[in-house]
Amino acid sequence: MGAAVPTDFTNQIVFTDEVAEFSPAVVEEMKSHLAKYPADRTRSALIPLLFVIQRERGWVDNPGVNFLAKFLGLEVTDVWETATFYSMFNLRKIGKHHIQICKTLSCKIMGEPDITDHVCSKLGIKPGETTPDGKFTVSLVECLGSCGTAPMMQVGFDYHEDLTNEKVDRILDSLD
Amino acid sequence: MEIKAIGCEPLQLKRMHVKDGHTLKVYQETGGYAPLKKALGMSQDDIINEVKASALRGRGGAGFPTGMKWSFVPRQSPKAKYIVCNADESEPGTFKDRYLLERDPHALIEGMLIAAFALGSEACYIYFRGEYKYLIDIMDRAIEEARAAGIVGKNILGSSFNCEVYTHTGAGAYICGEETALLSSLEGYRGHPRMKPPFPAIEGLYACPTVVNNVETLTSVPQIIEMGGEAWRNLGTEKSGGTKLWSVSGHVNKPGVYELPMGYRDMEKFIMEDCGGIRGGRKLKAVIPGGSSVYIMNADQVIGKGVTMDYEGLVAGGSMVGSGGFIVMDETVDVMESTKNLTEFYKHESCGWCTPCREGTDWLVKIFNRISIGEGRPEDAQLLLDICDNIEGKSFCPLGDAAAWPIQSAIKRFPEDFKKWLIAKSEDGIRGNV
Repeated sequence: MGAAVPTDFTNQIVFTDEVAEFSPAVVEEMKSHLAKYPADRTRSALIPLLFVIQRERGWVDNPGVNFLAKFLGLEVTDVWETATFYSMFNLRKIGKHHIQICKTLSCKIMGEPDITDHVCSKLGIKPGETTPDGKFTVSLVECLGSCGTAPMMQVGFDYHEDLTNEKVDRILDSLD
Repeated sequence: MEIKAIGCEPLQLKRMHVKDGHTLKVYQETGGYAPLKKALGMSQDDIINEVKASALRGRGGAGFPTGMKWSFVPRQSPKAKYIVCNADESEPGTFKDRYLLERDPHALIEGMLIAAFALGSEACYIYFRGEYKYLIDIMDRAIEEARAAGIVGKNILGSSFNCEVYTHTGAGAYICGEETALLSSLEGYRGHPRMKPPFPAIEGLYACPTVVNNVETLTSVPQIIEMGGEAWRNLGTEKSGGTKLWSVSGHVNKPGVYELPMGYRDMEKFIMEDCGGIRGGRKLKAVIPGGSSVYIMNADQVIGKGVTMDYEGLVAGGSMVGSGGFIVMDETVDVMESTKNLTEFYKHESCGWCTPCREGTDWLVKIFNRISIGEGRPEDAQLLLDICDNIEGKSFCPLGDAAAWPIQSAIKRFPEDFKKWLIAKSEDGIRGNV
């Protein structure tokens, strides 16, 4: 489970016909995803390609979606239909480092509330917010499959488990 | 965290503590890919019959007999057939597949290839939850290693069998662990479940015959081929064959992934001895034994009851095996609050496709919210049960049932934890014990 999609995400989408451009290397990477699926089933590559868009542009934005629609021969609304379903796609700008703290039962009873308080007071923001310098976004998320090593958080794609306040300090201080 | 076998030789966990167990070299040195070679010399029917004889049941949660699932595939169909591995491990309390994928990726590749050979498939997909990106990277490397060694691709191990194995990423949606929602997602759509029938075995991925199996189910297949179905079944019980992984989290001294023979006795010994007992010498209060979607058990249902750990034993004990995710809670936990937490999970993860689940989980959370701020009403417990009754068995897929069962069992088995929140309004106008 990724970040909860903020309900006000549409505020950030500027509808435009602009189509994003990507380097030849990135386009090659995208083509490599298509090779996994039957030639008439390239829509299967949509979710992997949305991750590429998100990595390259920081979030899933309208020019990126327009590019994917053209690339896969889909309608723009087809791409949005899928992109808006999945919680890992950020439909607005987020911080450079996305801190996702698991709030589901095993983490909850093993100290998640203290970890959340510590992260938030250290960064001076609440869950769902981004620091003014654009460096950190904090989200509370549902189970990430790390229950035996609770409490835990994911920063970007990295798992950090068996958290203590001291460990959180070390992790956050190491991020540039 | 512990990773070990109790009451049996490590089988699922064979390579967990072997250095470089994730590499092809060590995998083969420890017996890997010999079962595939053996399977390639068997008939398709013989392979399916061995899996049937093993009494292997799906390890993802539903516990459907794997051999029977395979036998539903129309092998003579001119359509392509697909093997899909469900690596969307998202059930709260469940984390066993993570370690199989991280430390023994070739076992999954081998299990998928044997399934593909038995069912006449030439393409396998592994659907990972999106957050498991580091595991996708490990698996991609393992697939490339296997391909370079002639184990994946054309003429596998010198035979006429051709098969590709691909990884595929999800993007954060619990519902995609439901097999038809997973297939929708794999086709690039929203993760909505599909009407059954047709079952995936007849019309699955791209409307072609498809088998969807959990990671642990598929990694068991090479073991079954190696030792024979009957020998594998005899590790467990007649109806629940083999050994199984249990994820243990919460207030135990030794959380971890444990491999137990099916039919292990008993659940009390497992929690209080094998998992080191309850932290801080506190008392056991509650156990959810099969991932969050099963009935919660109170201590009286566990202590002194001799609950057998297999499919039949846990049903008799008042719950289910599910995904084998134990969440253990001590006396400091308020079961109203723990149930509220899980209900928030189901509300967030409801895909919104059908009304009873989408609206029902939303109302359940609203009621829990008012209870938790001391605004609960004496009739609220019954109201929660009424809403559960309108979801259970009336939703499009099992997510609705999964949302209802924890609440129904919690109210029935921990009435005092709800009563104290639902006392009548006192003179100072404050409800509950805020």
